[in-house]
Order: sequence, then structure tokens, then C-alpha cells
Amino acid sequence: MRKIWDIPGGVHPAENKSQSNQRPIADIALPKEIVLPLNQHIGAEAIPCVNVGDHVLKGQRIAEAQGFVSAPIHASSSGEVIAIEDRAIPHPSGLSATSIVIALDGKDEWCELQTCEDYSEIKKHDLIQLIRNAGIAGMGGAGFPTSVKLSPRADHVIHTLILNGTECEPYITSDDVFMRESAEDIIAGALLLAQVLGNPETILIGIEDNKPEAIASMQKAAEGSRVEVVSFPTKYPSGGEKQLIQILTGEEVPSGKIPAELGIVLQNIATAAAAYRAIRFGEPLIKRITTVVGESLDVQQNINVLIGTPIAHVLAEHGFQVAQSARLIIGGPMMGHAMEHSDIPVIKTTNCILAPSHAEMPEQPQAQPCIRCGMCAEACPASLLPQQLFWFSQSEDVDKLHSHNLFDCIECGACSFVCPSNIPLVQYYRASKGMIRQHDSEKLKSDRSRERFEFRRERLDKAEAEKEAKRAARKKAAEAAKKKLAEKAAAGEEAPAPVAPKAKAKVIDPATQLKKIERAVSSAQSRVERATTQLNTAKEENEASRVESLEARLKQAELNLSDAKTKLAQHDSTAPVGDPAPAGTPDATSTAASVIKEKIAMSPRDKQEKTIATIKKRIATAEQKYAEAKESGSVTADALQNGIEKLKAKLTTAESELATLPSSETATAQSQPDATVSAADAAIAKAQAKAAELASMSDEEKAKAQIESLKSRLAKAKTRLEKAEAENNENVEAFRTGMEKLEQKLQEKLQEVNS
Amino acid sequence: MAFLHASSPHTHARSTGSTSNVMRTVTLACLPGIVALTVFFGFGSLVNITLCVIFCLGFEAASMALRKREIKFYLNDFSAVVTAILLGIALPPFAPWWLMLTGCFFAIVVAKQLYGGLGFNPFNPAMVAYVVLLISFPLEMTQWLSASVSLTELVPFSDGIQQVFLGSPLSQIDGYTAATPLDVLKQNISLPMDSLYQGNPTFSSARYAGLGWEWVNIGFLAGGIFLLSKKIFTWHAPVAMLVSLTVLSGLFYDGGSSTSSGSPLFHLLSGGTMLGAFFIVTDPVTSAVSTKGRLIYGAAIGALIFIIRTWGNYPDAVAFAVLLMNFAAPFIDYYTLPRTYGHKKANSGRINNS
Repeated sequence: MRKIWDIPGGVHPAENKSQSNQRPIADIALPKEIVLPLNQHIGAEAIPCVNVGDHVLKGQRIAEAQGFVSAPIHASSSGEVIAIEDRAIPHPSGLSATSIVIALDGKDEWCELQTCEDYSEIKKHDLIQLIRNAGIAGMGGAGFPTSVKLSPRADHVIHTLILNGTECEPYITSDDVFMRESAEDIIAGALLLAQVLGNPETILIGIEDNKPEAIASMQKAAEGSRVEVVSFPTKYPSGGEKQLIQILTGEEVPSGKIPAELGIVLQNIATAAAAYRAIRFGEPLIKRITTVVGESLDVQQNINVLIGTPIAHVLAEHGFQVAQSARLIIGGPMMGHAMEHSDIPVIKTTNCILAPSHAEMPEQPQAQPCIRCGMCAEACPASLLPQQLFWFSQSEDVDKLHSHNLFDCIECGACSFVCPSNIPLVQYYRASKGMIRQHDSEKLKSDRSRERFEFRRERLDKAEAEKEAKRAARKKAAEAAKKKLAEKAAAGEEAPAPVAPKAKAKVIDPATQLKKIERAVSSAQSRVERATTQLNTAKEENEASRVESLEARLKQAELNLSDAKTKLAQHDSTAPVGDPAPAGTPDATSTAASVIKEKIAMSPRDKQEKTIATIKKRIATAEQKYAEAKESGSVTADALQNGIEKLKAKLTTAESELATLPSSETATAQSQPDATVSAADAAIAKAQAKAAELASMSDEEKAKAQIESLKSRLAKAKTRLEKAEAENNENVEAFRTGMEKLEQKLQEKLQEVNS
Repeated sequence: MAFLHASSPHTHARSTGSTSNVMRTVTLACLPGIVALTVFFGFGSLVNITLCVIFCLGFEAASMALRKREIKFYLNDFSAVVTAILLGIALPPFAPWWLMLTGCFFAIVVAKQLYGGLGFNPFNPAMVAYVVLLISFPLEMTQWLSASVSLTELVPFSDGIQQVFLGSPLSQIDGYTAATPLDVLKQNISLPMDSLYQGNPTFSSARYAGLGWEWVNIGFLAGGIFLLSKKIFTWHAPVAMLVSLTVLSGLFYDGGSSTSSGSPLFHLLSGGTMLGAFFIVTDPVTSAVSTKGRLIYGAAIGALIFIIRTWGNYPDAVAFAVLLMNFAAPFIDYYTLPRTYGHKKANSGRINNS
């Protein structure tokens, strides 16, 4: 005897099974039409592969599975497709869904089926495909596509296959009678599913002990096979997937996970038999056993019914008395859905049609206040606190609902069943779950758009930062070039003239270029216009020979124009915004300032290292120049050597200073003032001040300052000229012209100031 | 054809019955205790209960009318009746009518309806009323009749009614009132327990805990066992309370010196112990919800009862202990969530899973 475990909670509602399980499974007359909804399973709905007007045979596939979690649909009898339209479906929402409607011809003519005597050699993958093609979905009630359950992840090694013959809901006996009558099919199905799952060590069939005939029948069929039939005490909801696993293995499916996580796969017994018949006889899922029960029916029994049969037809076949009926329930009294009308079809998951009388299921009295008596908590098979969930559900307290594990509720209805205040607890939980799902999906949506927005902003910021860095680098380079220049001057060499004009040219460049391009565009445009008018006149005057050449010219002109225009566009996009020329001086100072700032921002150690690097570089260039000068026998060689020595001395002091600096960056820049840097800072500050002074000066003041400088230069030139004349220098003439030029410039400036 | 649209489940347990049934069963279970009260202290408690039921139903109906609810539906839940009976039992027999009126007002209007009615009250209404009265009218609230040895010694009906409605106190009639056993023990400073039990008439004619009182407590214990057998509540809270009271009184029982705080049996059968354990602590609305929570809740009440009885200013402590733990119930709930199926451990003390 296998050890079985108990589940917490649970209830013992009146079983009401004897009304229907005392008779053999019956057949009913064919309906006139069948309605096959495209979504009878969990997952994506199937896509029709027949058209209105097509004649279909029994077992013919009429809709294809769409995606992994889906199942195809087959015609359950022969006839003509008369519509593919929205029809009411047996769903708690009461909504309708696309369905294929077939008018039956009454012949019930099968299509050709592919049978297979020995499937032991067929590969696992092919078996799964065959089961999928047969449209098999969980027949216990959930309708999960069986092929999906049979394809566990590679890291989930299945060691236990459980077939569920529990049938714990009151009234329903379809599995009970099916086990009595078709035990061999079920055992064969169990072995087939085991084959597909890689032969798990344990194969169990769980049945509640209120079905002794079914247990006996199953045990007889299982004799000599690896399949073990296990019975356990009757208690609702033992037949829930999670509950049955707990009863038979003592393990709990982790919250939010699937049984395969534990190495367990669980299937309904009817599903296993259907899978077997699909492989062995090629029969797709087109019929099922359904319990038709309730006191408003003359006949209560189990029927073998074609999927798609209208429930109104089923009820009519059982002597349904509308006046007596309290409600129409699809499924059992604990978890079934009450439907508003009977114009809905039997689908793959319809295990029971319950039409109770008023006396049998009176209307629920008005709910009284919850007194938190805790009877619900004692009944809950998931060990939840239904009374607290009810409380939080009313106040829509999402956090509390989560912390009280609302989503572990299996909606079995045990809490509502025992509630002395008649509170429809499950309905509250369903509503709260719906609310939270909607809330979560909305949150997801808004999170996504927020992320998108933030990413975009980040991207723009990054681009801006890159631009800024490039700009800074350019400025730094300019600064370095200037420094080099200054250094050269310091080393005794005269400032090479071309640098300044070069920089100037660069500054002016974009404007002049723009003007040039604009001119080109306008001239090209005028040329095009001229060519067009000439062409027109030529055409008017019918001068064929001229027209040709003019046309060619016009084309050329147009080409030129478009070229010029693209150039202009390019220039527009690359040229810096704003007028570059007049802002030259302040710009330069701001560059210098930014470099200084950068330098100040650096740690003293970094600064020092940088200084050393610069000095080294300078030494290298100076040495090179010195070598050159020596070779050419220039007089500056000595001066250069002098400079190199000076630089070397500077380098050694800088290096020794670096050694004294703390390596940690915690030391503040200000507390460790570095001589070189501060000197440089001072120089830059001075330059900045000068530039600022210049910028702040009025035009007149500027002119005056210029005059002053011109005057001093003129004086210098005069002394030089005199010296040259005294020395009888060959350059006297040149000096004189230079001085004359200066004088002229000075005159001009003076005139400007005066005017 | 449109059928009834209803949410599952479509059946309902017939065994547990309705909330009204629960309340009616509780009323029924009070009977043995009420009989014992009447036998030993006269029909004063019956007068109390009758008046309290009338006042409570009146206040309940008035509140429902003010809140524009269906009066009959809410009176039918019997919760006001249960409150009234518990208050009537807790008050001294032949309590003045205005005392009861005040108590019923606080129980129904202040402690219950102002919080939203049945199921929404954080504190046990009967205990709130009792404590309000005890603090406001200590004289009237401590006038317990002396238990009579035979039925002939009971207070005559006319005298009783005069006290209730005309305010001529029975205490002026010699021999009608006496200190309760808990009072006697509290005020005892010199006598060892043995001589106290022999000397004091309350104890000398009784076995463990004072004449009449032990039978009253046994009566409520019987009612409690009846309710347990009917599965009206679970055993956790009352058993935890009685066990913790027994353990504490046993620990501090020094065998009967003059400073003794009384034996465990004395504590179990004195004052409101059994009434509290089976009719007050088990009030589901104001107690902790999980089984573990109810164990803690009950045990804490037992401990508080002993502490207040022994070292506090009031001779009995059930009402204070219950109210103090009513405060703590949500806190206990927060840390005693049961472990849900498929979870490694309970979410206790956490707001969110994540």
C-alpha cells in the first residue's frame, strides 16, 4: 500500500453522484448542427482551414493550431460548413467567440484515419506531434493543450506520471463511469504518456475512495503493468492538480511554478485515453463523456457526446423542464459556471451539464457581515486566510492581497461553501485577481514607456557629452599649440609668422566658405534660369539643333545647382551656429578658462603628472630643435641648449614634487598648491584678465590702446633702423619700409579716432 | 430563456448554518452559567439580561435606522443579543437600569456601530461597556450579592426590582451584599489560606473558589465545551488562555501563605475566567485570525488576567486583559500568517512577496 498524505482544509459537500453513475454511458441523437468554437483550450485560438460551403467529414481538421500553446479543431461529424461566426461559448464571461458551424448531413461519415498497431518505436517528438494534431487538450476542465504538458523543459526530468481520476466535485461522474467502462484505454494511455515522458519510474492513477467500482475496474486493467492505482479518502478538493500531487507524493508545487518543476506530470484519465486513441486509431478529439444531471431533467446519466453539440439539444434529449430549473451550470456545483442560456455548445472541457431544480439549489440568501469566524480558513486547502483576503479585497489593498498570497488561491470555493454569512468569497477573489492583473499590465505599460523616455534622454545626454568632450579636446589642442608657440619664443626663437594668420583663417573660414557656396548656388540658379528661358525661346522658334544643345546645357546647369545646394546644406549642418568672427577674442579666453578649470578639477597628483609629461615633451622637441640648429650651424643653438637645461631642471623639481604628493586623491587640490600649475594658472588668469579688459573696452579705448602699441612699435622700429644705419646693415631698406608702414597705420588709426 | 447568473460555488454547507445560527448557539451555551448565577445569586442576572437585551436591540435598531440599513435583517443576526447577554451576565445582579442603559449604549453604539457594525469593531463591545462602567461607576459595579446557600435566602423579587428601578440599594439591607472571593483574597494580608478558607463564609461553604462562583464557572465551562463540540470556534484561544493562567498561578502559588495569590483552581473557577475563556476570548471579530495567532492571543490574555488579578488594582481582570489583547490582535496577525501551499515559509511580518 502506497503512503498517502492529507491535505489541509477541505470540505465534504453532499456527493450527489448516484443520480448519474448508476447507468451505462449512453449515446444521444445527432444534432442538426454543431458549433465548434476556435478556442476550446488554454492558449491561442485555432485558425480555420475550411471555408463556408465546404463539405467536411467526421474527424477532418477544420482549424489549425496557432503557436506552441494551442490545439487544432476537428469536425465531429460530417456535413457542410455553414458559417464561421461569433457564437456564445461556455465561458463565465458569457462572451461569444468565433466558431465554425457545421450543418450535419446525418451520415456521420468518417474521414480516413491513420491507425498504428505498434507505436513503441515511434520517436517521442513524433508522438507529441501526433497528439497535438489530434487536438487533445486537458479534459478534466482546464483544457490545457496536452502536447505542451508532455514537452517539459530539458532540465525537468520527469520521475512521476499521475493520472487524475479523483473527480472530487459533487454531481460529476463522467470520469467514474469512464473508468468503469474503458479502463484498458486509460491504462494504455498511461503507458503511452509514460513513453512520451521518457518512462518515469512511477505511474500512479489517483481515485477517491467513493468510486469502488471504478477502482476495481482500473486495478483489474492495471494488473501486470507498471501502473499503480491509488485510492484515498474522499474530500473536496482532492482532485485539484496541486492537491492530488500533495496527496500522492507529499510534495507541494512551488508557488507560481508547474508540477514539472518537481519532476511530476499530471493528466486527466480521459485525456490519457484520448491520447491513446489518437495514436492507436488516429481518432482526433471529437467526442467526450459528459454528465447530464439535475432534478429538472427527466433522465440523468452520462453521455458520449460529440464536441460542438448544442447544450439545448442535450437538455432536450433528457426531458429538460425549464420551469423547474434554478440555473444552468457548466461544470460542477463547486467550480462550475452558471450560464444565462443554453445556446452554447459542448466543448472539449465540458465534463458536466448541471440543471438543478429550485429545491436542489436554492438562491443564496443575502450575505451577512463577516465575523471572521475562521471557518473558511479551516476549509482552505491552500492554507490561506480567506477572511483576511476578503477584507483586503473589499478595500482593494493590493499589497496586503499579495502578502496574503491571493494568487495561490485555486478558487475551489470551499471557503464560500462553509461561510456562515453566505459571502461569495471566491467572487471577491476573482474580481481582485482581475483588478491586480489589469493594474499590473497597466503598470508594465507605463514602466515601459517611462524606460523608453529615460533611455532616449540618456542617449541625448550622452551625445551631448560626447560633443562637449570633442569640443574640449579641440580647445585643448589649440591651447597646446599656443603654449608651444610661447615656449618657442621663450627658447629664443622668433615667433613664426604663419601660425597667427592660419588660426585667423580658420576662424573666418566657415563664413567665407558659406558666402562662396551661396554665390555658387545663386550663379548656378541664374544659369539654370537663363538656360530655361533660352531653351523656351528656342523651342518657340523651332530651332531643333539649338534646342538639343540648350537642353544639354540646362541639364548641366541643373546638376551644378543641385551640387551647390547639397554643399550648402552640408555646410549648414556642419557650420557652427552663430557668427564666429567677431567673437574671436572672448572665445579664446573662455577656452583657456575651461582648460584651467579642467586642470583645477584634477587632483594635485594628476596635475603634477601632467605637468611632468608636458615638460618632457617640451624637452624632446627642444632637443630635436637643438640638434637641427647645431647641424645647420645656427646661432640659436646655444640658446636652445640653455633652454633644454632649464627645462631639465624644471623636470627634476616637478618630479621631486610629485614624489612628495600623496598618492591618494583625497588630498584637496587647493591644499597642495603646485608651483608650476599655479604659475600657469596665474599666467592664464592674466591673459584672461587682459582679454576681458579688452572685451570690456569701448571701441575708442580699443583704438587708443592700439595707437599706444603702434607708437611703441614705431619707436622700437626707429631705434632698430637707427642701429641698422649705424651698422650699415643690408636690411636697412627693409627696416625703413616697415617703419613707414607702421607710421601709415598709426596715421590711419589716429584719423579713425578723431573722426 | 435566461437562467440565474450566479458565481460558484452553487451549493452551501447546511451543517454550519448561518451567522444567526452561530449567535443563537452561543446564546444557548450561556444557559448553564446563567442557571448557576440564578441559583446562587437570585434572579438579578435574569433581570440584567432581559433589560440589556431590550436596550441593546433598541440601540441596534436605532443605529440601523440612522445608517439607513434594513433593520430586520441586521437584528436577525443575533449579535446584539449575544452582546446583551454577556453584558447582563457580567454586571452585578440587580444593577440599576441606568447603569445598563449606559453600558448598552457604549457596547452597541460606541464600540460597535460607530466602527461600522458587526465585523468591523476592533474591541469586544460587552467588554468595552463593562470597563467603561467599572471606571465610571465603581460603587455600583462592585455591589455583588452574597451567594446564598439555599434558595430561600435569595433576595425577594420586590426588593430587587426596587433597586433596579427606584434606586433603593440592597446594600443597605443587611447580609445581601458581600465581597467576592477575588476581593477577599486581594484584601487578605494576614491570614494563611487555610484559615482564610475556614474563617470566611464565602470560602467555608465552598470547595475551591468561593460559594456559587465555582459553579457559575463550571456552568460556563460546560457551555464552552458544548460550543467546541458544535465547532462554533476552535479550541486554540480558550485552551491557551486557561493553560497560561494555570501555569502562571501554579508558578506563583506558594502553598497557601498569607501573601499567596491563590491556587490554580481558585483562579480557574473565580470571577469571569470561564465566561472570558469561552464567550469573550472566542469572539472571532476581535481576536487574532490564524490558529497560531489565536494561541498567542489566548495565552497573552491568560497571563494578563493573572498579572492584573495579582498585582493590579482591580480584583478581576478579564475585561482589561481582553481589551488589551484586542489592541494587539492585528499585530499578532501580522506575524502569524500561516504558510501557504507551495511556499517555503510564511509571509509573516512582510508586506510584499517581492
